[in-house]
Amino acid sequence: MTTLSANDVPRLPRGVRVRYDAVRNSHVLLAPERAFDLDETAAAILELVDGHRSVATIVDELAAKFQADRAMIEGDVIEMLTELATKRILDR
Amino acid sequence: MSREATTIVPAPIGLLAELTHRCPLRCPYCSNPLDLDRRSAELDTSTWLRVLSEAAQLGVLHVHLSGGEPTARPDLDRIVAHCRAVGLYTNLITSGIGRAQSKLQSLYDAGLDHVQLSVQAARSDIADQIGGLNGGHSKKLLFAEQVVALGMPLTLNAVIHRGNITDVEELIELAVALGAKRLEIAHTQYYGWAYLNRAALMPDRADVDRSIAVVEDARRRLHGQLVIDLVVPDYYASYPKACSGGWGRRLMNVTPSGKVLPCHAAETLPGLTFWSVADHSLGDIWTQSPAFQAFRGTDWMPEPCRSCDRREKDWGGCRCQALALTGDASATDPACSLSPFHSHIQNLARAEAGSMEPPPYVYRGAGTLAEETVT
Repeated sequence: MTTLSANDVPRLPRGVRVRYDAVRNSHVLLAPERAFDLDETAAAILELVDGHRSVATIVDELAAKFQADRAMIEGDVIEMLTELATKRILDR
Repeated sequence: MSREATTIVPAPIGLLAELTHRCPLRCPYCSNPLDLDRRSAELDTSTWLRVLSEAAQLGVLHVHLSGGEPTARPDLDRIVAHCRAVGLYTNLITSGIGRAQSKLQSLYDAGLDHVQLSVQAARSDIADQIGGLNGGHSKKLLFAEQVVALGMPLTLNAVIHRGNITDVEELIELAVALGAKRLEIAHTQYYGWAYLNRAALMPDRADVDRSIAVVEDARRRLHGQLVIDLVVPDYYASYPKACSGGWGRRLMNVTPSGKVLPCHAAETLPGLTFWSVADHSLGDIWTQSPAFQAFRGTDWMPEPCRSCDRREKDWGGCRCQALALTGDASATDPACSLSPFHSHIQNLARAEAGSMEPPPYVYRGAGTLAEETVT
């Protein structure tokens, strides 16, 4: 498994979804036999993972939204998405 | 004395819905109880739908639709659609036999999230001998192909024991060939039928160690391609597993007839009263029922658990195993090296695994067979 690159178009496959959990007051990522609590950053990243946006587009949008350093956001996005892909929770 | 725990109990994350005990397979390692619920005792559709709504409100995230063989229920697609509607993630735990294949499309359409398929071995002759059904394994392979073709995530689950422990490499190859994303190599947990068959199932230490090394090697080789979960065998362990993530901490189990248990084997424990969904809401059962409070937290613990720094890691291990092997349900799980009974289970395992001629399997469920073949 190689690291995701800027041109990759990530998507959540069937059997993986994000939902808001009212009981725990947070977003959760649900996957086969796994549930992940999402912090605000992670939820914001996954909100843009739709099978159409590339990694570069996702990073651009997050950089604009949070008015933050693009290189830093790119690092966070690629690290998180690569980790999910390695766990077979994200396709590209 | 009122227990503080009742007011601060965290919400459960998982619900194991045992929809039926009926099953076309007769695996001797089955962890269902010896006294299987009959079809006439099963909850009806409307009760299951209510229970699942209550589960969602309570904070449950994953529902594991299990059994027995859950596709034996004609209302399974309605149950899945309802789970989806109330936000629950659905995991179908299936043999892939019986009606599973013919129902797969409608389950997909209802929004089923994930399929966990059992396999008994990688070679069909061994697999069918373990499952007790000729031709079963080849049907599973067709079912798996259909799951993957539909684009649903597939997990293979293989329960490991003396009869298939040398087959672990082939099981990993099978999971890759079928396109599974996950593989569970789960050494037998000795409850229910598996406890009855322990002397036939117990593998020897060298084979256990080798099987674990095979998994570790495959994890490195297949990193990013196949996720392998490994459940290690208690009788050769140094520390116990947390029962269901800790008694009354993460999971609820609803039996086919509606009793709610902290773990699927809990009915073997004497003196516990299990409330039914017929009489109580799931939320009340979780927070107030005596059975869920009996071993929740750490207050109930004797030594050596009480002062152990692992007590909130393994929560004292398994109560059912403690009872079965020490005669006391509140004793430290003898899988723990700190238990005074630890050498006893090591000796049991050594003696049973070392037997040149293990006893024949006692296949599960003779009492339910007539009912299955009619339908």
